[in-house]
Amino acid sequence: MAPAPPQSNRSPSPSQPSGKSEVSDLKLQLRQLAGSRAPGTDDSKRDLYKKVISNMTIGIDVSSLFGEMVMCSATSDIVLKKMCYLYVGNYAKVNPDLALLTINFLQRDCKDQDPMIRGLALRSLCSLRVANLVEYLVGPLGSGLKDNNSYVRTVAVIGVLKLYHISASTCIDADFPETLKHLMLNDQDTQVVANCLSALQEIWTLESTTSEEAARERETLHSKPIVYYLLNRIKEFSEWAQCLVMELVAKYIPSDNSEIFDIMNLLEDRLQHANGAVVLATTKVFLHLTLSMADVHQQVYERIKAPLLTQVSSGSPEQSYAILSHLHLLVMRAPYIFSLDYKHFYCQYNEPSYVKKLKLEMLTAVANESNTYEIVTELCEYAANVDIPIARESIRAVGKIALQQYDVNAIVDRLLQFLEMEKDYVTSEALVLVKDLLRKYPQWSQDCIAVVGNISSNNVQEPKAKAALIWMLGEYSQDMHDAPYVLESLVENWDEEHSAEVRLHLLTAVMKCFFKRPPETQKALGAALAAGLADFHQDVHDRALFYYRLLQYNVSVAESVVNPPKQAVSVFADTQSSEVKDRIFDEFNSLSVVYQKPSYMFTDKEHRGTFEFADELGNLSISAESGDSVVPVQRVEANDKDLLLSTTEKDDVRDTGSNGSAYNAPSYNGSAPSAASQPLADLAFSSTSMTSQAPASGLAIDDLLGLDFSVGTVTTPSPPPLTLNPKAVLDPGTFQQKWRQLPISLSEEYSLSPLAIASLTAPNALLRHMQGHSIQCIASGGQSPNFKFFFFAQKAEETSIYLVECIINTSSAKSQIKIKADDQSSSRAFSTLFQSALSKFGLP
Amino acid sequence: MISQFFVLSQRGDNIVFRDYRGEVPRGSAEIFFRKVKFWEDGELQEAPPVFNVDGVNYFHVKVVGLLFVATTRVNISPSFVFELLQRIARVIKDYLGILNEDSLRKNFVLVYELLDEVIDFGYVQTTSTELLKSYIFNEPLVIDAARLSPLGPAAIFSQGTKRMPGIAVTKSVVATEPGGRRREEIFVDIIEKISITFSSSGYILTSEIDGTIQMKSYLTGNPEIRLALNDDLSIGRSEGPISGYRSSSGSGAVVLDDCNFHESVRLDSFETNRTLSLIPPDGEFPVMNYRMTQPFKPPFRINALIEEAGSLKAEVFLKLSAEFASSITANTIKVQMPLPKYTTRVSFELEPGATGQTTDFREANKKLEWSLKKINGGSEHTLRAKLTFSQESHGNITKESGPVSMTFTIPMHNVSQLQVKYLQIGKKSGSHEPYRWVRYVTQANSYVARI
Repeated sequence: MAPAPPQSNRSPSPSQPSGKSEVSDLKLQLRQLAGSRAPGTDDSKRDLYKKVISNMTIGIDVSSLFGEMVMCSATSDIVLKKMCYLYVGNYAKVNPDLALLTINFLQRDCKDQDPMIRGLALRSLCSLRVANLVEYLVGPLGSGLKDNNSYVRTVAVIGVLKLYHISASTCIDADFPETLKHLMLNDQDTQVVANCLSALQEIWTLESTTSEEAARERETLHSKPIVYYLLNRIKEFSEWAQCLVMELVAKYIPSDNSEIFDIMNLLEDRLQHANGAVVLATTKVFLHLTLSMADVHQQVYERIKAPLLTQVSSGSPEQSYAILSHLHLLVMRAPYIFSLDYKHFYCQYNEPSYVKKLKLEMLTAVANESNTYEIVTELCEYAANVDIPIARESIRAVGKIALQQYDVNAIVDRLLQFLEMEKDYVTSEALVLVKDLLRKYPQWSQDCIAVVGNISSNNVQEPKAKAALIWMLGEYSQDMHDAPYVLESLVENWDEEHSAEVRLHLLTAVMKCFFKRPPETQKALGAALAAGLADFHQDVHDRALFYYRLLQYNVSVAESVVNPPKQAVSVFADTQSSEVKDRIFDEFNSLSVVYQKPSYMFTDKEHRGTFEFADELGNLSISAESGDSVVPVQRVEANDKDLLLSTTEKDDVRDTGSNGSAYNAPSYNGSAPSAASQPLADLAFSSTSMTSQAPASGLAIDDLLGLDFSVGTVTTPSPPPLTLNPKAVLDPGTFQQKWRQLPISLSEEYSLSPLAIASLTAPNALLRHMQGHSIQCIASGGQSPNFKFFFFAQKAEETSIYLVECIINTSSAKSQIKIKADDQSSSRAFSTLFQSALSKFGLP
Repeated sequence: MISQFFVLSQRGDNIVFRDYRGEVPRGSAEIFFRKVKFWEDGELQEAPPVFNVDGVNYFHVKVVGLLFVATTRVNISPSFVFELLQRIARVIKDYLGILNEDSLRKNFVLVYELLDEVIDFGYVQTTSTELLKSYIFNEPLVIDAARLSPLGPAAIFSQGTKRMPGIAVTKSVVATEPGGRRREEIFVDIIEKISITFSSSGYILTSEIDGTIQMKSYLTGNPEIRLALNDDLSIGRSEGPISGYRSSSGSGAVVLDDCNFHESVRLDSFETNRTLSLIPPDGEFPVMNYRMTQPFKPPFRINALIEEAGSLKAEVFLKLSAEFASSITANTIKVQMPLPKYTTRVSFELEPGATGQTTDFREANKKLEWSLKKINGGSEHTLRAKLTFSQESHGNITKESGPVSMTFTIPMHNVSQLQVKYLQIGKKSGSHEPYRWVRYVTQANSYVARI
């Protein structure tokens, strides 16, 4: 648009009030131009189109111009055409009827002489996203895939994927996936090949949830012929497609070591690529291929170190962050390999705090005998940093290093210096650390106590720090001269102490102090217990009461309970389980590493894509194998562990084995039948979900339940049968309030008998029936085939209420139930009761 | 694969918005902007470049003050997306000549045209400026370079991003010169970013050079280019203890820790005679990135002192020594120093006869700022500042202030001694000898002195 007249490029703010009138203006002008063949028409059209698209960008709805835009599109001007395609693609979905208007000219353009036009038209045609137009897509797509121009073919391949998303069955019925497979292995153009691979991965992954054949097809993408075919051409691919191919190679399982070395030698120079994504993708291949070879695996770490560090410093700040997150993961797995590189993890003053945080963790991890002094010195510099959160992190890092080292003299001195810095947040963090340090190294108590004793409790405000100080006052009250008096003054200010944690610690500390220095503490103890008994906080109240009764019973027993001899803590618990860590490592080069969470924690099921599905499939094929092929899998994991975890954690080798890293799945060469027997597959799935979905919490709840029941009925292991109050009442207001507050404790789906369906002509019939089972309805509605009910019920002789939402679809004979309960432990029993009541509905 | 791509202005307006897959809800740009603007997550106050809101992953990179954003629902490789976003920005810049909000708004149709070819249904097709040429039909409306805010001599490099400085060339790859023919020319820039930390006693604690050889070619006919680097260049450095400090003005060999290359670079003769050969694609790209921790002579020495002077007073003394050749001039120098939190007033005392220097006390974050337009090699500059406190300082006043940090640009100087010995253009294109520009520049990345 060379002779562009002065643009009406007013700053487009969405609040522009003139939107409406301007749109009708444009409409008028477009109409005038539609039929015109005067010279210069195209230029005027371009300007108008530009205005329309400008409006579209800033969010003004210009869909009402659809007809006019299409009318004007009869042109040979390719710039105009492109703008028109863009517009049509944006609004076709909301204007399916009008979209039909465009089909004609798009189909015509698909047969144009110029391959550029053919490609553009085909792309737009497939981008309409209108379900009832799919019939028009199959023909042009078919010829597009066979076009002699590679641009058209690349567009057509992605077009197949678009079609799949509009109508999967049309795509499958036209046998397009087969065509793509053929193209992938035969096309000369690497972008066509890459698009085929992307499209097939997506299609077969989605299909594989319902079709075993698709699952098999997807597995063959990782098979030797395909992987080798792609690897041999790797340098012809664009850098982006190289990433795609290498992601695939990382899932490939070579049959022997020489294969592994061949692949690594082939990809070696990819580590020198300027594109960080290529380097990380290569790194993933190297790491995953060598998992079974401990020594080579370690060499890989050494090899990838320099390229990754270069990427950190040469990339954009955002890219640095992504790469650094991956380095962080590697450092955490094998800190000793990086122990000489600690200077690379020093923070720069202008780095954002999320980068500094990662670096501090890495510094903590790589600290060992030889570098600790320098690292701690550096960290102490950060403690005075203007960035307070980072200053805090730095102090914590010093503390963590102290806790993981044996020679802590120097570090303890540093920590004590922090206490003398007289900055509130520094003091707070340091107090917490000194407390943890004393729990591990009680031998340092003399030095620490001397310093801690000088800190006035008035200067410590943060609950965690205050609690730590109070703990030390109690624990070391015999060495701290004024401990009883400090505690006494704290007790006097009981009412001003807002943190329950601090009050709990105060109670315990006063008790401990009392056992050591009774005459001086007696008064404080009395006051503390009185204040505790009057406390509104349940835990504080209970602890006070407990102490009170203990003392009443026997003072020496109380002492042995409250202040027993302690063992020094040797290792503090790790926050992340090793299964989670391994899972993240399996998902190397993905967001899991940046978020430090496995993908199932942040991705919805349908979007997990190849990463997640691969894992599940891995399980499937592992479990389909006979037992002895699982053994090497475990050996692999065990080796990796031996190599990488210098501080041995609890090795749940068995768990991680079933955690199903994709590269372990040995279902290749066609020998392993993927007709996985269903029960075995189920087994594998459930074990994954057990290990992955925080087993601790699940089990804990079960335990608690067990406890509950055993308290009630010691002899019978099964819960008592649930009986309901036949005359329960609940007003709708309370129902609504409860429904909002309570979590769903059960949600299930039942099938209904044909008899029940037949009887459910109107909601009322079911209401009466359920009433007979002591389940009351509070609201109901809907008409055939969908009915919705809200029920409630109440435990006999208790106030505990159950709330139920029940949706019945008579055409599918299914009912969906959501149960909420005051007493969630019995919602299972209630569900059984509800189901049996429902199943009797309609029976004579 | 990504779901959407959009560019937001600093105020959060959509400048460009492209939805490739229609699987992320419409309001994503607003959700994203609000999240970035009011980031609140524990102690960290700054939004990381990627985060997840309700199952949607938002990636962003900042380029010339604009936010380039991609969204996706799948667990994709983050470095892939960041690289892609940077590359999209670069391609757009190659076409528009100048990348900023104004040029984007003027050329959004061209930008859409590019975006359609770069990504299809979320999958990257190509980011090669050269390949894209055959699919792009709009012509850029070049914005008037003179209308840009007045640029200092080095502002051409201050593109906002920390490590990807731009090139002085603001010419579109497709635009033709007035007069109808393109000027045959090629630019090679050796840009080095240095990071250094001095201890309070002036000892160098850490130092690193991150360098890039950037190229931008306007040659026709795709001739082969040969770039010869120092003969004695070696790569791969054993991570031993850093040897004693020595002057780099000697003939010491250049030792790189590591480097990487653009995919167009062929390394056939690199091992033997340190020559890179390539057929440069259109547009701007890094030929080679390198990293070096070999000791080097720092261009500036910083002396900083803070002393108490009475009960509610203190004095700061800063001295900068430029330790490079007198024929070279550094420009846009800025020195910053955080002062104790309870500082209320600062009065400055510049050296007598000082020109082109400004001082400032940033009340909000209690920072002293000292800016100098230029510094000649071999010269020294000093600043005194008298501080007034609102309360007595307890403890150590030096722990409450610093470290001193500085930024600067030194054109025609590189600290690593890496050199392009010659730049050979394979076959002559046309009768004219093409213009070759080989330029060096050194910039501070993290240049810090502790006190």
